[in-house]
Amino acid sequence: MTTLVASLLFFGAGAVASVIFARRQRWLRLFGAGGVILGSVCGLVPAVRVAMGAPPQSLRMAWDVPYGSLYLRLDALSAFFLVPIFLICALAALYGTEYLEAYRERKSLAPAWFFLNVLAASMAVVVLANNAVLFLMAWETMSLSSFFLVTFENEKKSTRRAGWTYLVASHIGTTFLLVLFVLLGKANGSLDFDRFGPASGAGAFFVLALAGFGTKAGFVPLHVWLPEAHPAAPSHVSAIMSAVMIKTGIYGLLRILTFLGPMQAWWGWTLCAIGLSSGVLGVLLALAQHDLKRLLAYHSVENIGIIALGIGVGIVGVSLGEPFVAVAGFAGAMLHVLNHAMFKALLFLDAGNIAHTTHTREIDRLGGLLARMPATGATFLVGAAAISGLPPLNGFISEFLIYMASFKGAVSSGAFGSVPMLATLSGLALIGGLALACFTKAFGIVFLGQPRSERAEHAREAGLAMLAPGFVLAAGCVLVGLFGASVVRAMAPLISNVTHLQSSLIGFDLAGAANSVERVAQFGALLIAMAALLALARTKVLARRRVSTATTWDCGYASPSPRMQYTASSFAQPLTTSFRMLLQTREVLTGMEETFPRRAEFHSHTDDPYQRYLFQPLFQSINRATAFLRPLQQGGVQLYVLYIVVTLLAVMLWEIA
Amino acid sequence: MSQLINSVLVLLVLTGFMLLSSSRLAACIHVVAFQGVLLGLLAILMQHGELTVTGVLLPLSTALVKGFLLPWLLFRAMREADTVREVEPLISYNLSIIAGSAVLVFALWLGQRLRLPSQPPSSLLVPAALFMSFVGMLVIVSRRKAVTQALGYLALENGVYAFGAAVALRLPVLVELGILLDVFVGVFVMGIAIFHISREFEHIDTDKFAASTDRPR
Amino acid sequence: MLFGSVLPLIVALACAPLMQGVITRTKSVIAGRMGQPLMQPYHDLWKLLHKGAVYSHTTSWIFRTGPMVSLASLLLALALVPFGGFPALSAFSGDFILLAYLMALGRFFIVLAALDTGSSFEGMGASREVTFSALAEPALFLSLAALARQTGRISISPLLTAVSWSVWAHAAPMLGLTLAALIIVFLAENARIPVDDPTTHLELTMIHEVMVLDHGGPDFAMIQYGAALKMWLFATIIVAVAVPWHSGNRWIDTAVGLAGMLILAIATGVIESSMARLRLLRVPQLLLVAIVLASLAVAL
Repeated sequence: MTTLVASLLFFGAGAVASVIFARRQRWLRLFGAGGVILGSVCGLVPAVRVAMGAPPQSLRMAWDVPYGSLYLRLDALSAFFLVPIFLICALAALYGTEYLEAYRERKSLAPAWFFLNVLAASMAVVVLANNAVLFLMAWETMSLSSFFLVTFENEKKSTRRAGWTYLVASHIGTTFLLVLFVLLGKANGSLDFDRFGPASGAGAFFVLALAGFGTKAGFVPLHVWLPEAHPAAPSHVSAIMSAVMIKTGIYGLLRILTFLGPMQAWWGWTLCAIGLSSGVLGVLLALAQHDLKRLLAYHSVENIGIIALGIGVGIVGVSLGEPFVAVAGFAGAMLHVLNHAMFKALLFLDAGNIAHTTHTREIDRLGGLLARMPATGATFLVGAAAISGLPPLNGFISEFLIYMASFKGAVSSGAFGSVPMLATLSGLALIGGLALACFTKAFGIVFLGQPRSERAEHAREAGLAMLAPGFVLAAGCVLVGLFGASVVRAMAPLISNVTHLQSSLIGFDLAGAANSVERVAQFGALLIAMAALLALARTKVLARRRVSTATTWDCGYASPSPRMQYTASSFAQPLTTSFRMLLQTREVLTGMEETFPRRAEFHSHTDDPYQRYLFQPLFQSINRATAFLRPLQQGGVQLYVLYIVVTLLAVMLWEIA
Repeated sequence: MSQLINSVLVLLVLTGFMLLSSSRLAACIHVVAFQGVLLGLLAILMQHGELTVTGVLLPLSTALVKGFLLPWLLFRAMREADTVREVEPLISYNLSIIAGSAVLVFALWLGQRLRLPSQPPSSLLVPAALFMSFVGMLVIVSRRKAVTQALGYLALENGVYAFGAAVALRLPVLVELGILLDVFVGVFVMGIAIFHISREFEHIDTDKFAASTDRPR
Repeated sequence: MLFGSVLPLIVALACAPLMQGVITRTKSVIAGRMGQPLMQPYHDLWKLLHKGAVYSHTTSWIFRTGPMVSLASLLLALALVPFGGFPALSAFSGDFILLAYLMALGRFFIVLAALDTGSSFEGMGASREVTFSALAEPALFLSLAALARQTGRISISPLLTAVSWSVWAHAAPMLGLTLAALIIVFLAENARIPVDDPTTHLELTMIHEVMVLDHGGPDFAMIQYGAALKMWLFATIIVAVAVPWHSGNRWIDTAVGLAGMLILAIATGVIESSMARLRLLRVPQLLLVAIVLASLAVAL
């Protein structure tokens, strides 16, 4: 525990130093990044130890906050979330040292480093807190620090707008959490997590947790802030937010599940439904995007959906009394938390590399980058294959576990009980296929073919500090893909923590699942070997033959230009038309009136349907309904003080009467 | 035997989906005709025990009327009215299929819930019958042409027939004949109506009928 | 015993191109032509293997890697399916998930190789390929789930061995529906009519063929051979469900299996001769029908 406290102190020191050295660029960079990196590395040690099976640790100190206590506890569940948090934070900080240099001339970098340290510390405290007050304070600090990081480029109007959306959404979410913890505390007589126990009205608590934590995690329809905020932030911050910060929502949900007593089947059904809609809608909206980072942000919605599917299947498994379904479902979901953290951070950092050199995130303006940025391209390819759930990479392993759970559940339950299982497995299959479409599009249009604009033409590879994190993460994707079985085996305490199943059952079923994962990994290794063998054979065969180059087959047309290549929009068009019912893509075609039209334009734009048809009308009507309150807002400080006094008096009178 | 009944029922469900996904009017009429023949077959299969003369003749007449006579009438009406051969749905075919699946799930759920006086010979019978009626309604509300409305009405009635078979294993002859006559008259009237509408208005799109009301222009 | 488990693999490697030969021959016989020799696919492969290579200026290493990764993944996928009386080389719970995703991996790389050329024809083919396979995937998984529910196994080799005449006797409608769904997936995934026309001559209407337009020589041989293996793979699953012959004698079973493959190839040829290709806009509808069929099979 002392190492963890030391790690938190490093973050604190980093934050303080960022303020002190605000005007000294070099020191600022050294201390700002140093705080995050040292703190993360320091914290990784105990986190990994506990995640791999060491006994939980805790630390309690007196604290002068009503009902609060400075109570930290590192158990298997926290440790499993802490590992990716520290890993990604350290790599993102390293990345930031080079990435932020581009802004050096224009603005002070001190806030970026200050809030990065605060964000890292608050995320760590969120998963470590064992007291509701501490948890909520850390939660709020996390939301605020990330808000300031999102609005780093606040000179842009779109960024301010995104930050505003994010702020509103996260506070609506926090409101639900406040209610949840107050009610839980009232039912149990304490706000310490280890005093929380099964209480009546578990269903209501579950719904509150779903709304509160779901907002942070990005469950459809509470996801609308996510595709706004994540792309607006600097890339290393997008990586942290998408890879680990939204996972604190999953963590919170799982933590609440441990308090609520026996799991009920309808929780699982609900989570499966949410997971399905998040997964399918997330990937479809991603497919329709033109902005690379926005596309990645929608994929976070999709992957959160996959995690929700895993948890949902797991809960149904527990309630059906099917230990294998429960164990494999939860194991798959948890592993996906780790995996998604790795490949999503990798993809966001690579997207940052691209934006850094080309100054655009518009997919249709890029192209041919693989030749210009070979390292970025190679790591992006690994990330793209991993997020599409392809063997032999890590994304496949976690999806495989969720598939196995749902197949097993479909086989061993009755007609009615198998519905969520079948929905999960067919949904996963559809999501997988669509994700493959989306990432062949992203990689193919951005990195392959010929550059579609001047900017892409002159793209240059990023420096070492921006490439190294990508290499580490790509290696991680491959390693978890090949050695996932040992990670799965280490999950026994974690799963027993969440499901309260007998540990012998968990051990047995986990071993079964790990066994299959091991076989999959063997196939992965064989695959690599086989491909290498074929490559060798091919070079041998071609060595004695004539190998020449020519132009691409152009169907006889003599001068094809790069602009005639297939674009991202045209690549995705068959799918977006097939699902136009869900997407509501708006297409504008102008200038085709005359017989010989001179200049024609075509635009397609896909809004978030929930944003457009649910939240915008909702907030507008709230705005209208509360318009009569406007006169209260006069701007004078005196008036506000008066309000406070009146409120206090009213409360006092109410208390007396 | 129950395998055969099940197979026929599955085929009936599939005809429902074909009716929803087919873009050709002629194909739709063939599908409904096939449904009629299947229903006759179903009625024969459901008579466990000895086969009586009426027990064979009645289903046979059903199959004849639903499978040949009514389709012939519809084809005639279509030819006379000189309609376009496309179905012209109000919602897309893909959406129709998805709606059909939703209806099927609903029918399966309802079939489990429904308490019937006697145990039907197959657990699929009631859901399939419900599904067919629902598909009929779906076709009526989601298609533009009068011919398709007649088809939807027929499919709906087929569902009712199958449901009747599920509830009472042997309907009184009179009732069954009565239903058959009803349908016959219904389709006949529709056929004449389609013919006359098309002669008066030179189209048979029911959603354009609104123009023929006395609304002030 | 080792020979027994390697045998299905050897049969697949040796006979896979023959299936395409049979289909082509069936089509030409129906059309009243002599048709090319049955062994033509082998000749084609042989010829391609002995050619040099021409690469486009725009391509990168992705273009060269595509065919190899795709063939490698299909070769591994073959180790998971049984044939005739012989079980698969490797079987474990959930192996069909790996099977489906190995094929997805192959597709991923072929699609990227197509986009690497920068040709809009190939982009078009790639776009169609990912669209249709995304819709075929749920149908495949639901069919497998239906079979798994019926047999209680979640590994493809035991699952297919567990399908028998007695299963047909008490669950014929369910197996029939599954089979229908699998056949649609088979036609869609292997670029056959009514989804794609393998013999068409207009780039604008192709799906699979247009994606590999720029490949040549040994690379193209790998792609063609991979396509043959993929067809063989789907066909073995269909034949194992449709003709569950378990006499006890493995050689007889294998012979029956081969006969089944022959019949399926001929049937495919007949379907191709008797149908026109669907409009591309209607293909998703066909795949949707496959999904409905498969879910109906699970519900039974």
